[in-house]
Amino acid sequence: MLIAAAFATLPALSLFALLFGRRAWSHAVVYLGCLGASLCLLAGGLVHLGGHPGAAPTLVLPFGLPWVEAHFRLDNLSALFMVIVDLSAAAASAFGIAYGSHVPEPRRVTPFFPLFLFGMNGVLVADDAFMFLVAWEFMSLASWALVLADHTRAENRKAAMVYLTMAGFGTFCLLPCFGLMAGPGGDYTFAAMRVHELAPTAGFLVVLLVLLGAGSKAGLVPLHAWLPLAHPAAPSHVSALMSGVMTKVALYGLIRVLFDLHGEVGWQWGAAMMVVGGVTAVLGVLYAVLQDDLKVLLAYSTVENIGVAVIGLGLALAFKDSGEPALAALALVAGLYHALNHSIFKSLLFLGTGAILTATGEKSLNALGGLLNRMPWTGAAFLVGAAAISALPPLNGFVSEWLIFQSLFQGPSLPHWAMKFGVPVVGALLALAAALAAACFVRAYGVAFLGRPRSEAARGAVEVPAVMRLTLVVLAALCVLLGAMPVVVTDSLSGVIAPLIGVHFPVSADLGWPWLSPVGATRGSYSGTVLVMVGALMFGAAILAVHGLGVRTLRRAAAWDCGHVEDNPASQYTGDSFAQPLRRVFAATPFRARETVEMPEPGDLGPARHTVHLIDPVWQGLYVSLGRLVDAIADQVNRLQFLTVRRYLLMMFATLVLLLLVVAVRQP
Amino acid sequence: MNAAVLQLVQIVLVVALAPLVTGWVRLVKSRLNGRRGASPFQPYRDIYRLLQKEAIVAHSASWVFRAAPYVTFAAVWLAASVIPTFSTDLALAPAADLIALVALLAIARFWTALAGMDVGTAFGGIGASREMLIASLAEPAMLMVSFSLSLIAGTTAPVKIVGFVLSGGVGLDVSMGLALAAMVMVSIAENGRIPIDNPATHLELTMVHEAMVLEYSGRHLAMMEGAAMVRLTLFMALIGCLFAPWGMAQAGGGVDGILVGMGAFLARTFVLATALAVFETAIAKMRVFRYADFLGGALLLGLLATIFLYVSEAV
Repeated sequence: MLIAAAFATLPALSLFALLFGRRAWSHAVVYLGCLGASLCLLAGGLVHLGGHPGAAPTLVLPFGLPWVEAHFRLDNLSALFMVIVDLSAAAASAFGIAYGSHVPEPRRVTPFFPLFLFGMNGVLVADDAFMFLVAWEFMSLASWALVLADHTRAENRKAAMVYLTMAGFGTFCLLPCFGLMAGPGGDYTFAAMRVHELAPTAGFLVVLLVLLGAGSKAGLVPLHAWLPLAHPAAPSHVSALMSGVMTKVALYGLIRVLFDLHGEVGWQWGAAMMVVGGVTAVLGVLYAVLQDDLKVLLAYSTVENIGVAVIGLGLALAFKDSGEPALAALALVAGLYHALNHSIFKSLLFLGTGAILTATGEKSLNALGGLLNRMPWTGAAFLVGAAAISALPPLNGFVSEWLIFQSLFQGPSLPHWAMKFGVPVVGALLALAAALAAACFVRAYGVAFLGRPRSEAARGAVEVPAVMRLTLVVLAALCVLLGAMPVVVTDSLSGVIAPLIGVHFPVSADLGWPWLSPVGATRGSYSGTVLVMVGALMFGAAILAVHGLGVRTLRRAAAWDCGHVEDNPASQYTGDSFAQPLRRVFAATPFRARETVEMPEPGDLGPARHTVHLIDPVWQGLYVSLGRLVDAIADQVNRLQFLTVRRYLLMMFATLVLLLLVVAVRQP
Repeated sequence: MNAAVLQLVQIVLVVALAPLVTGWVRLVKSRLNGRRGASPFQPYRDIYRLLQKEAIVAHSASWVFRAAPYVTFAAVWLAASVIPTFSTDLALAPAADLIALVALLAIARFWTALAGMDVGTAFGGIGASREMLIASLAEPAMLMVSFSLSLIAGTTAPVKIVGFVLSGGVGLDVSMGLALAAMVMVSIAENGRIPIDNPATHLELTMVHEAMVLEYSGRHLAMMEGAAMVRLTLFMALIGCLFAPWGMAQAGGGVDGILVGMGAFLARTFVLATALAVFETAIAKMRVFRYADFLGGALLLGLLATIFLYVSEAV
């Protein structure tokens, strides 16, 4: 009931924004309404997960296509993703109350923001293919409009174009995917798809199409190209939702089809997803570490995290098909845990970037610096987010990566040689991604928040309004909480995956409450709770001992810097200089990174120039060549426009004969 | 003896012993260089002296700079207390396995690198940037070692690996050998020893770890130095317990077992410390962009260790 009311509120808010958009106060009202609606949906999801874990209430409404009614269903998986979506949605709405008035044209944002939330939640509760796709398109088109909110900038228009193309491609793949699952009977409800047995070819195509369709929305390499263009173009609170949450809705689509509707996916697909996930993770973070624009950096890091979650999903598929349900449960829990974590810390980081934009108007790393002293709250919250995304204990990002490593380490128990050899390689890729993510966020945080300000805007930054600060602090607290109490989370996730895998996941089976020992006590365990407590004690002991044994005086002085202090803040390390060793070692081959240095002649007082050339292999190799191919084909086809009537008639005749032949041959 | 008591003993032991290990390495290196060298107890005096000095903090530094020494030290200390040194009967042992151990050390690195960038000088940035490069090569290698050990022993918990090795689970194994080689290379990198980094360098452009802590003084520097010393002891204990845990006390071993375990731990540590000093004296530091060859080699050794396991299973 509450959920239905919240659903109805969202389109109403959108209408309200259209009608009253001229009034300045209307934007705050819309965001407040969205905050209320997403809190209701969040509560609904949590109550469902906690209260009726087994139940799956359904609802049939008499609209939609004439012969298909609109089916809705809320099961555990939907409820979990509802929690993921609406947690970040609530944060973004609350942030929007203050931030919404900072965007250039708020009237281009507020009508679409509620619709975007409506679409994402709609995908989660849809129980037939028609409603699923309608809601999916609501989500895509509303976010497309939000990407175009600042339409005066040419790069945003390009981003929106690429995004629209990719979104179209995604739905174009999902459409036949659901068609194949419905089969010749044409029953588009998910209930019918669950019982429908797929032929091997159709089953193969379904998996391929859903990987392309949902994978392009999630940002799997090589379908990630739109993500770093579109996510940064939207206003920051929308970027938070697109990056933190919309990619999770895509993961939901993947899980719904692969684990629930399809049912019988072979382990080969699991292996393939695992490898794609590993490559996505490493390439995503490698792109991210080279970026100067903070929002582009965060968007690429989303690509990485989606890759990490997909490794978990792929492993789960492989274990499930090989008759290892307990390990499949572990891998799936790990993947879902990572999805939940990523939605929280990525929202936190994007909203933090929004706060930086509010305070300075800059999102380029090389124009920032020294913000921690000027924005202590934002700085502290961003630090928690950066540590969480770098998978540092005791925060949440580490727990999910630990679980994924634990399930990867069980991979060699599978009978297939492809998995035996693939698993160590993917493990190395995952470890590389985690280490590079730490480098990426040390760089981002160190350049933006530490050091000395690199521009006047950064020097004059002031802390953002209380609503924004509060949102950031709440998200940061969640990062700590979900990391320090991992067993609580894995217990509720265990209820979510039980219907998909068929077994309950024994989280703390052998050691009891605060210890996470997924594969049994002897195979390795972790306890965030204990580490936090002991770590805090040791931290306190270190401080007490040092202050007890020594002197407590502290003097502020000029930086030492080996004696050659340089007042010019340009003498600091910049983001580009920080990335240089990583670029030389890792990016030389995949991105063909080249550096040129132009030194002025001796005696010439002009500046020396250092230029970096990077080639995006995916964009150049795939998209640009694809574009050329389409152009070339179009040129050829274009000739058909200038034929004589006689030739057109001949072509029609030939087509007719061909079709008749096909019919004759296929006649039994 | 009670696991909690042994845990407390270990927590104190790693911190108390760490300066001596560093002092011993320095002494052996001086002797090999033909110098007399300072007493192995000199690091204790150094740290005490630093504690008596006032701490100087740059105007531009934030609270991260002041918190980092304590966070770094606490993270390394915590990591060092969960590795079995003289006994496997530790109360905290199940709180962190090898993967969590890598991550605990990553906390220390994350904060040290941030502290290096906090003052806003070029040297701090150089150090932080190179440290993160080393980490991004060393961490995967370390996890590959954990992977092959977890395949051999069936667990990622160091305590359980010790039990497995002591029960005669592995003989002279090619995979163990490769994992050991990879582990040693990673340890050299993680501790900033020659050939990756020179802990005694006075040339700023070649510094990595020293460049990050260049701005520290007084008690903050004492904490940073202390963390580096504990980290060195930690890696010696880790190599010892994973590859040569002989003599380590097991649960229910009584006081005798613990005394033997303590003696074995001290012997292992000083043998490894001497070996480190000899190795460092015999080799020259390498260029920054050759780190990738060195640590990439460690990663490949780790991978090979896993592959060899399959091969030996199949044969």
